[in-house]
Amino acid sequence: MSIGAEVPRDRAKRLLLGRGRYVDDISLPRMLHLAFVRSPYAHARIEAVDCTDARALDGVVAVLTAAEIADAVASWRAEHKLFPAMAAPEQFALARDIVRWQGEAVAVVVADSRAVAEDGAELVAVTWHELVAVTDAKKALEREAPVLHDDMDSNLAFTTEVASGNTKAAFEKADHVVEEHFRFHRHSGVSLEPRGIIAEFEPSENRLTVHQSHQTPHQQQDLYARLLSLPEHKVRVICPDVGGAFGLKHHLMADELVACVAAKLLARPVKFIADRLESFLADIHCRDHEVTARMAFSPSGEILAVEVDDLFNAGAYGQYPRTSIAEGNQITRLTGAPYRHEHYTANLRMAFLNKSILGHIRSVGHPIACAVAERLVDMGAAKLGLDPIEVRRANYLHGDDFPRTSVGGVEFEYLSLRGCLDKALTMIDVPGFREEQANLRAKGIYRGLGVGTFVELTAIGPEYYGQGGQHISAQETCLLRLEASGDVRCYTGATDQGQGIDTGIQQVVSDTLGVPLAAIEVISGDSALCPVGGGSWGSRGAALAGEAALRAANTLRRNILSIAAGLLQKDVAALNIEDGTVVEAGISHMTVAEVARIGHFQPYAIPDGIPADLTVVERYATKDRLFLAGNGVQIATVEVDVDTGIVTPLRHLVVHDCGRILNPLLVREQVRGGVVQGIGSALYEELRYDDDGHLLTGSFADYLVPMAGEMPDIEVAHLENPTATSELGAKGAGEAGTAGAVSAILNAVNDAIAPLEATIAEVPVTPPRLLKALGQI
Amino acid sequence: MKTLRISLTVNGEVVEREVPARLNLVDFLRHDLGFTGSHVGCEQGACGACTVLVDGETVRGCLLLAVQADGCKVETIEIMEFEDLRAAFHRLNALQCGFCTPGMLLSAQELLQAKPKPSRAEIREYLSGNFCRCTGYQAIVDAVEAVARARGG
Ligand code: FES
Ligand code: FES
Repeated sequence: MSIGAEVPRDRAKRLLLGRGRYVDDISLPRMLHLAFVRSPYAHARIEAVDCTDARALDGVVAVLTAAEIADAVASWRAEHKLFPAMAAPEQFALARDIVRWQGEAVAVVVADSRAVAEDGAELVAVTWHELVAVTDAKKALEREAPVLHDDMDSNLAFTTEVASGNTKAAFEKADHVVEEHFRFHRHSGVSLEPRGIIAEFEPSENRLTVHQSHQTPHQQQDLYARLLSLPEHKVRVICPDVGGAFGLKHHLMADELVACVAAKLLARPVKFIADRLESFLADIHCRDHEVTARMAFSPSGEILAVEVDDLFNAGAYGQYPRTSIAEGNQITRLTGAPYRHEHYTANLRMAFLNKSILGHIRSVGHPIACAVAERLVDMGAAKLGLDPIEVRRANYLHGDDFPRTSVGGVEFEYLSLRGCLDKALTMIDVPGFREEQANLRAKGIYRGLGVGTFVELTAIGPEYYGQGGQHISAQETCLLRLEASGDVRCYTGATDQGQGIDTGIQQVVSDTLGVPLAAIEVISGDSALCPVGGGSWGSRGAALAGEAALRAANTLRRNILSIAAGLLQKDVAALNIEDGTVVEAGISHMTVAEVARIGHFQPYAIPDGIPADLTVVERYATKDRLFLAGNGVQIATVEVDVDTGIVTPLRHLVVHDCGRILNPLLVREQVRGGVVQGIGSALYEELRYDDDGHLLTGSFADYLVPMAGEMPDIEVAHLENPTATSELGAKGAGEAGTAGAVSAILNAVNDAIAPLEATIAEVPVTPPRLLKALGQI
Repeated sequence: MKTLRISLTVNGEVVEREVPARLNLVDFLRHDLGFTGSHVGCEQGACGACTVLVDGETVRGCLLLAVQADGCKVETIEIMEFEDLRAAFHRLNALQCGFCTPGMLLSAQELLQAKPKPSRAEIREYLSGNFCRCTGYQAIVDAVEAVARARGG
């Protein structure tokens, strides 16, 4: 069996040799380079743009503003029909009249080199009229706040309530209520390779070919075709090696669209690679929520009710094409989801404000939903004098609770929370930790332990975007081609940015078909070549693309065996394929290569009326299954230096259940990578702005990311409860680490400082914030 | 635009070029010479993706101008002969997207040459100039540790 084995990735070898091919490694004849002129203000009217000097610069080929590209590209609105009341102001590839965040592009310089393009950008003279910027949701929703968009009468982009049971009455009756006000600051995906694109247009064929560092080639094909009015079959989007994505690269980005426009207008290849400053300024951001929440308990520690109010600091617009709603949606649906309680109310207010657009970055909304609930559970346990671990165990959904639709409206086929907790407790000696903790406290050393329970919605089904009206594929298709040699090419709609889904799919095909791994090549990331699929986002690769591959392999296997049975005059049911050979009760009859050769070159030898296609396509589309829920428990221990406010992570462990695991080697390090991103957002990462909406963190010196030295070893274990909704049984895995890490760290920090009568509910927990919480500053 | 003539050895070959004074070394290697194995992640000296060897020592290729490498010996990931390190990274899945990997490998090799028997903490410390966004660093540390052991450190 190859599924479940620790198979290293083929593609990694090339990357280790320095022979990767990322977008910026590609160069085309007569290629031009872009540099954008970006707004220095968060909110300003563009009075005039004077490009004369820039156009006169040697090496500058063109300078384009909104006016010059107006006829070449359509505008868009981030709408979602499941949320019809959500505001969706019109967006343009380059700002027209008004800029609404610092870094929004108003013009682009196209030149022979990036350096000259940058020189040209400096020569573009924009006359600005600065407007008052709105930079936080609370102020944005005040009556007198300036309204960002003309067609809205306030900055309230959307508001909704999720309710179940009678929350008000439950809180009134409850013996014990805990409440906290949380702040989760803004950060981003920060892939090491920034966004990048090469767009090439062939006017004689009306053909656009794009190489883009992206997760969703088919989605981009559709978007570029529609926005640039090109026939879709003349648009091809290729994703070469992608240097990390994390959700950052599954959006439409205006900059990259402008590159396509420039390529079309100039009929020359155009490259744009974001630099780090413009990445921080103009990438999609995430989080930025202010949450007030309460939890009601019975005297014995039973969770009775949960109430959540989420104030969502969205960006200046909705993110296209998915919109920005998902974070708020996940928070209002998932907070407290691991627990059995009947009364639930969650309110969301989402406000537009003068910052970059907020979108879907790894584990969308989950870290907040988890952190809020897990913090409240700890607070409740403390108030009742109960062990927080036992409070969790007693309240977890388990056993007969499944299948269940949660109070937030999420379907759970099965969750293995108690199992994960029990397993986690075998990995760490909690009583031992408590004893050591007490001893160390006496010496002025403050350590804490935090538990974070997470439920992770993976592998979204087609209904969410289908009914939303978005052109986003949430199904997967796999095409298998048996070559005449007996080797197999596998084309998938999923994409691989290093997570290793190519290898996982290779394993699925190998097992199902009965051919060795080495005989299979997986091809992905090309909208012209690969069957339509959604790409990779939302932890969907293994569950959806894996299942599609399994189906295609089953079909190809059937065809190979039918041909063999026909040729051998045998009963097809008696035949099997093992290690590339057709066998009957262990006896080899002919190789798959022989079947392939006959199938390709001597098809007349195959009896009529049997399935004999050696190129097969199968698809996997779910119905009425919105998500597959994975789950798990993380436990973190930290040490807090109460003099400096520095938090040092000590241990971090994860017990995770994502159903059937295709490749534990890859899943483990994915989980760890996710945890590290979660620790980053819990302790370091923050896009800070001043009150006027100017970004203060435009470099890695100001925006801190977790480096090897600060990170602990992360122990990962798995339970495997396969989903029964597919044959493969896999659920998504990629976001689990991020989903739960913030909650575990936040609880650990609070546990550490509890004896000092201090609490903190603002992340990242930076030294100044922590010292403030401790009353030191 | 001011240009200067430089002569240096890159990956074993003598290279003579007229380059703009402001061109940094990693852009020169990548775009003028086609050694795209070194990457650009920040151009601010912070991420380590652009790490190359100049006269045998790791430097940030984005912080050095090409003209500053005049007369130097420059080596990049493409000619590095540390197959054991590569194999360990491969076997233990110490890379995902691979963007940080060339820089990570050069730093790891430098550490192992200077200190054949590093502790895990020392490995983490030494690699703390190389940002990796994908892995949890742990597999990288495992790989470096495994190579140290196998090399007899
Ligand atoms: S690109 Fe040189 S350190 Fe980041
Ligand atoms: S493997 Fe992607 S940045 Fe390290």
